[in-house]
This record gives sequence, C-alpha cells and structure tokens, in this order.
Amino acid sequence: MNETLESLRAGIESGRLRTDEIVLNMGPQHPATHGVLRLELVLDGEIILKVIPHMGYLHRCFEKHAEAMTYPQVIPYTDRMDYLASMNNNHGFVLAIETLMGIQVPERVEYIRVIMAELQRIASHLVAVGTFGMDIGAFTPFLYCFRDREYILDIFERTCGARLLYNYFWVGGLSHDVHDGFERETAAFIKHFRPTLTELDNLLNYNKIFIERTVNVGVLPADVAINYGCSGPMLRGSGVDFDLRRDDAYSIYDRFDWEVVVGTNEVGTLGDSWNRHMVRMWEMEQSCRIIEQALESFPQGDISEAIPKKIRPPKGEIYTRVENPRGELGYYVISDGTVNPFRVKARGPCFVNLSVIDEISRGHLIADMTAILGSIDIVLGEVDR
Amino acid sequence: MTALEIHTHVQALFPEYDILLDEDVPCIIVPVEAIRTIAMQLRDDESLLFDVLMCLSGVDYSDGTLGVVYHLDSMKHRHKLTVKVIVPIDDAVLPTVSRVWRTADWHEREAFDLVGMRFDGHPDLRRILLPDDWEGHPLRKDYEVPEFYNGMKVPY
Repeated sequence: MNETLESLRAGIESGRLRTDEIVLNMGPQHPATHGVLRLELVLDGEIILKVIPHMGYLHRCFEKHAEAMTYPQVIPYTDRMDYLASMNNNHGFVLAIETLMGIQVPERVEYIRVIMAELQRIASHLVAVGTFGMDIGAFTPFLYCFRDREYILDIFERTCGARLLYNYFWVGGLSHDVHDGFERETAAFIKHFRPTLTELDNLLNYNKIFIERTVNVGVLPADVAINYGCSGPMLRGSGVDFDLRRDDAYSIYDRFDWEVVVGTNEVGTLGDSWNRHMVRMWEMEQSCRIIEQALESFPQGDISEAIPKKIRPPKGEIYTRVENPRGELGYYVISDGTVNPFRVKARGPCFVNLSVIDEISRGHLIADMTAILGSIDIVLGEVDR
Repeated sequence: MTALEIHTHVQALFPEYDILLDEDVPCIIVPVEAIRTIAMQLRDDESLLFDVLMCLSGVDYSDGTLGVVYHLDSMKHRHKLTVKVIVPIDDAVLPTVSRVWRTADWHEREAFDLVGMRFDGHPDLRRILLPDDWEGHPLRKDYEVPEFYNGMKVPY
C-alpha cells in the first residue's frame, strides 16, 4: 500500500501523473440553490477554488415592462421581484413616486404600512431561517417556521385578499383599509409568536450540529462587505451597524423605540454564516417591538384621501431605498412627465449580496457551499428580475 | 456635503477636467475619460469617503446618448451623491470602476447586458441576465423584440 502511494507521489512530482481542477455544476435544479441558480464550482478535490454564478433563468426584464406601463401598473411587477417580501417591495416603489409627486400620506396609512412591512419581514425571515436549517439538515425547525408564517399570511389575506403577491400599497395610500379585528389578530400573533423564537433558539440556533456546520464558514469581513455593496443581515452580520430604517429614515420608523442588531463574536467569528442567521433571528424580535408600539398608537382616519386621481409625476428623477428583509432595495425612477415611467431600475439586495459569494467561499468544502448560500438568503426572483 | 460643495471641491482638485453640476437632480456630470480618477478620489478623499456604490444604472436617454448613473453613499459622513457619465450611443465605451467599488463588477455587466455600453478594463464583461447568444440590448429605446430565439417564438 505504501509503495503504491509512494509511486503515485513520485509520479505526480515528476509530472508523469497530472492532477487537475475539476468543474462541478451545482444547479440550476439543485434544492439548496433556493430557485434556479447555477453555480459553477472549480474544485481541487473537495476544496472550492472559485465560484462562478450563472443566473438569469427567471429573467423577464421587469424594467422594460415598466416602461410600457403606467405607474400604478408597475406596482404588481414589484411584488414579483422578491416574492417573499412583496409588501416591502411595494413600499419602496410607492415611496419613490410619492416623493416625486410630493404626496404626504395620512397617518393611518403610514402606520398600516409599517405594521405590514414588519409583519412581512418576520414572514420573510421565517422562510430564510427555516430553509437555512433545512439546507444544513434540520427539517423540524422549517415546519415550525412555516406554521407561524401561516398566521401572518392569514392576516394579509383577510386584509387584501392575497397571500403572496399583494399589490397592497398604492401611490398615496392603500388598496383597502385593514379588516375588522386586524389589531386584535396582530396583537394575538405577536403574543403567540414570541415563544417560537425561544423554541428556535433551543431547537436550531444553539444546536451543536448546527453550530459546527455554520460557525467560521463563509466569513465576510466588514470592509469587504461594504466594498461589495452588501446590505441587510449580510452587512450587519459582519458587525456594521447600519440599517436604513434608522440611518436613512423613511416612513415613521423614527417614532418607535427599537434597536439595530449586529453580529457578535459570541460563537465563532464575526461575519460568518451563523452570525448572518442570528441577525435574522434577532431582527424578528425587533420587528415585534415595532409592531407592538405601532398598534398602541394606531390612529383612525381615511386611508384613501391622498390617493391622486391622475398619477403623472413631474419631470425628474429619484433614487429611493428601503430596508427590505434582505437588504437595501433601491428604485431609480426617471419621469419624463407622462403617465409612463421613462426608466425604472431596481437595485435588488439579493443581486448585490450574491456577488460576494466567490470571495467568501474560496477554500471551503463543497458541503459548506449550501451553508454559505443559505446564509446569504437569496430570492432568485429578485436576482434575475 | 451637498452636491454643490462636492462639485466645487472636486473641480478645484481636477482643474483639467470640465465637471458639470446639474442642480435639478442634484448631480455632477463627469467627462468620460475622468470617471476612473474621480471615482477613486470620491472614495478616498477624507472629506468625502464615498465607500458605498449603492446603485449603478445604465440609461438610454433616447436623444442619441447613453448614460451611466452612479449613486454613492458614505457610511462615515452619511452624505449621498449622484454622478453621471454621458456617452454617445455609437461610441458607448467608458472606463470601469469595478476596481474602485467591487460591487460595480456585476452592475456594469448588467448595464452592458441590458443597455449595451462597454466598460473598458472590466475583468469579465459578459452578459449576466440574458443568455450569452441573445442579440441586442432590451433597455435601448429602439429595441425590437426578435421574432425567434433559437427557433423558439419570443413574443407571447
């Protein structure tokens, strides 16, 4: 046996036997790529040397569609970008148009928007956390997460009739007022949901196997994260204290008492997959706090009084950004004064966050790839737009 | 700093370039040959420190010019800036800024893919969202959807 090894080694050293890199395609139909994404992995044995993502399988050029639509008709298209966070997508777009037109929306609308956006953030993080656990091999937490997400979707359904793609935020207002009993149901949900967070802590977050699989995997240093334009839990997981809801305040987030959570050195290294996951966990608690405070001072009023008859923004351009569950969602809208936008560009957080994948996976094993990809938490509908 | 102050500051540093200020947006319009140098300055200048490229968009202005719009943000100073570069449509080449902000790599690939300007010095300028053998750039205003793509009917 030793002789064989010796002769192999001699063969390699003398150049008679050649070792080579191999290319492995992960996806586009791989269950851990969260959609249709193809990762071309260049490998040395089991070690990743390079990752080349190939996307565009879901591309439908929403930006071109938008140029042929009127402004209100664009809103349903934004739903379909990050389909796990449709409320937040709507929010960014209507804010852009409202700023262009100088519309001030009623108090009640702002409150409903914030509550809906935060409920959506919890729902979206539940999917992220659940599927991340499943990528690592923990199936049960996924069911717990989806069970609680159902409550949120039920609330959405009762308010606007849809469970996934809402078209709920309109320019200047909302499509419907909330249904009777909305406040009671939302408060009941928060009360019911808090214990789930502890449950997930026990079941998943501090589980030995889960920690072994995610700690020190895919470490993203803060300066690299900033240079790559990463945002949301990716950025905060690396310890950068930056959240658009506080640092570029929009809507009425400045009225509430909540904290921006960042990653820690508590387990492993700052900026690893575990930290990114935990930022999502801790953010859900903060969203609960915001919703509770918003419910306490929930005003009455008419939600449709600021909806304009004709939506025709004056000539100009604007870049608005909001904090989506996955990071900074920016809309760059150019108006030429007609009813159709001249140009709409969406800067999706997933697209930008995914671009760092090559940087943080080099030197890891193939098996870590699912952990890294899961911790970036991409939605391909938004990467491809 | 406001766009006006930044414009004065940068123009004083680079008197050889003709940097314009558009106060309506507000933004600064940089000549195409200067964008790389000025981008570097915007990122590293102690009083500016634009370390985040939030967004890079390609635009077809439908008047024979294409534009690239850079939206910059500073983590430290918490100020923002819009920078524009305008190029003629028949010679749409401009230097890449992907070595200044790494995030520009994919954004520039997207702008090349959908709007069709070329980025000189880009490490890997391939289509990113459309298939490699797609013809044309959809976000051009004069774009016509092809009848067929590899034998498949395109318009539905």
